[in-house]
Amino acid sequence: MSAQEPGKEPLLSVRDLVQEFAVRHSGGTGLGRVPATPGVKAGVVQAVSGVSFDIMPGETMGIVGETGSGKSTLARSVLQAPRPKSGSVTFRGEDLTRLRGRKLLEARRHMQFVWQDPFSSLDPKWRVRSIVEEPLVAFHDGDRAARRKRVDQLLDIVGLDPVRYAKRHPRELSGGQAQRVAIARSVALNPDLLICDEAVSSLDVLIQAQVLNLFERLRHELGLSYLFIAHDLALVKQVSDRVAVMYLGRFCEVGPGESVYRKPLHPYTRALLDSIPSTEPGAARAAATLTGEPPSPINPPSGCRFRTRCPRAQEMCAEQVPMPRELAPGHLVACHFPLSEPAPAATATAAARNTEPATQSTKVVSS
Amino acid sequence: MSDALLEVEDLRVAFAVGGRELRAVDGISYTVEPGRTLAIIGESGSGKTVCCRAIMGLLPVGTAIGGSARLRGTEMIGLSDAELRKHRGQDMAMIFQDPARSLNPTMRVGVQVTEAITTHRKVGKKEAYAQAVELLRLVRIPAPERRFHEYPHQLSGGMRQRIMIAMALACRPKLLIADEATTALDVTTQAQIMELMLELQQELGMGLVLISHDLGLAASYADEVVVMYAGKIVEQASAKQLFGTGGTVKMRYTRALLDAIPHLERPAHTELPVVSGRPPDPANLPPGCSFAPRCPSAADDCRATRPALVEHAAGHRWACWHPCENGVAS
Repeated sequence: MSAQEPGKEPLLSVRDLVQEFAVRHSGGTGLGRVPATPGVKAGVVQAVSGVSFDIMPGETMGIVGETGSGKSTLARSVLQAPRPKSGSVTFRGEDLTRLRGRKLLEARRHMQFVWQDPFSSLDPKWRVRSIVEEPLVAFHDGDRAARRKRVDQLLDIVGLDPVRYAKRHPRELSGGQAQRVAIARSVALNPDLLICDEAVSSLDVLIQAQVLNLFERLRHELGLSYLFIAHDLALVKQVSDRVAVMYLGRFCEVGPGESVYRKPLHPYTRALLDSIPSTEPGAARAAATLTGEPPSPINPPSGCRFRTRCPRAQEMCAEQVPMPRELAPGHLVACHFPLSEPAPAATATAAARNTEPATQSTKVVSS
Repeated sequence: MSDALLEVEDLRVAFAVGGRELRAVDGISYTVEPGRTLAIIGESGSGKTVCCRAIMGLLPVGTAIGGSARLRGTEMIGLSDAELRKHRGQDMAMIFQDPARSLNPTMRVGVQVTEAITTHRKVGKKEAYAQAVELLRLVRIPAPERRFHEYPHQLSGGMRQRIMIAMALACRPKLLIADEATTALDVTTQAQIMELMLELQQELGMGLVLISHDLGLAASYADEVVVMYAGKIVEQASAKQLFGTGGTVKMRYTRALLDAIPHLERPAHTELPVVSGRPPDPANLPPGCSFAPRCPSAADDCRATRPALVEHAAGHRWACWHPCENGVAS
């Protein structure tokens, strides 16, 4: 789902990625005397259902979606932790899904992760110096003196004074500083791709701006590409060249950030945009267009997965999975009735929204 | 002023940490009118939560609380636990940030809502059940009779927050304090919950205090805005005076908060205007303006003398020696 520039090899190319998890009855094991909780069925969580995208060298791809949309699972599947159910992940010309053992480790070296909570991703008993040095040790990068120099340099890059911070423990750092340490560690091995999963979401707005600027600076200085995941569309747009909107394991819309924001094509994107509090007093009052909550990924709606909450849903949406269509340059949407077209007649809307997936499942047109 | 719901005057809170006095809240004053929304904005550690917990009587024993907070004319500061209990729930209630941690994981949610009712009112079992289901319906929980019997882990984050609101509203409080109540939620859920709170506010005529670090939220939903920094109010005005067209922000800290929010209008990859540094250590405040060490336009007088919070224009107070002209930092 991306505009291919001829003659340029993508750094990361993901095709039809599927990740599923089997669940037993929740609320107890469902074994022995522990009853299975009513309403929660055992089944397969369809976390990611056929996602494709490319990231070009130096490009930042942003992914937005609500909790449970599968965006974090997507990131982990790219990293092969755990391995995806099916699909391919081509990184620097190699299909990671086929790599094993040492070769996979070697490939992962060029692909690093920054997590949401710096305090739970930094060992509380280690000092900052050892934390940042660890990847260098793990990959036998230089001798002790060289590594020491490199750690000082890395801390400097992320804006921490090595003299003051190298000997501290994570608990002696603020949230922003701890996240900088995590970033220093992730760029230690000169990766090509940095995957940021809600990397600034837990920070205060002023610190968040500092860290976002740091990401931008590293992009220039180290030539990094990013896969930037967050639930905040404004934040993602700020750092991304292209933005993908994810809902229940599928991409609804992918396109250049400016285009997705100026001319959203998917009703879900429109709803996300409307939900952002504006700095205009009273402007957001009438904007809560989206009602209800995302359905369970265990038994997602047939056809278009957004149809149960979509104001434009028709019967067709329950029957056919919408395939991504390119409606503007590089701007793809998976919707039968995109916002660029006039709204469909409202007759069948209610029926399509209320159709239970189970009764419709026989009609699903395989894609 | 007599019709104010909550009048906070010169509220001071100090903790004793390691033999040192740590002034978390240092002389703040504000009022909340019935049916109106006040937003208290600030970074972590600015004292915004502490000042509301002081009013609710939720601070640890041994905390030095000074000043006054009158709820419908009744002084709240200095009340005993038993006296406070009469007011909590009935007159004022609080919703916290993390509903997963505020709910009892081993109790069915309906029972927890019922408990909130029976603790404060003498009602029979059946009546309490009926009221609890009605509350769940009030906070727009679908199929309330079924949800009543579910445990917190079976509900989504937005649903759990609705349960918290239902519990807070159990006795129709006059004042509702929402402490980062929507911070952990998705934007779509946040919009739903905020709409719900405003609707309920209209229905019940409650005063609402929103504690948040998000100026966007304050701009969208609040009537009055208080910006806190290092335990003090640095700017105080109506939302209309601060935000949007015709709004002017005077305090540079507020400006910085506003500028640091990623806007959809801003082109990608542009540098966000930032202020460097971190909030000061409350045990070791600078002598002058506490924002001076981070302020891009701090002068010698800022570092020497602390500016007082003064009402410079009608309804608009700020504490700054060199305020922004026309809301734009010079």
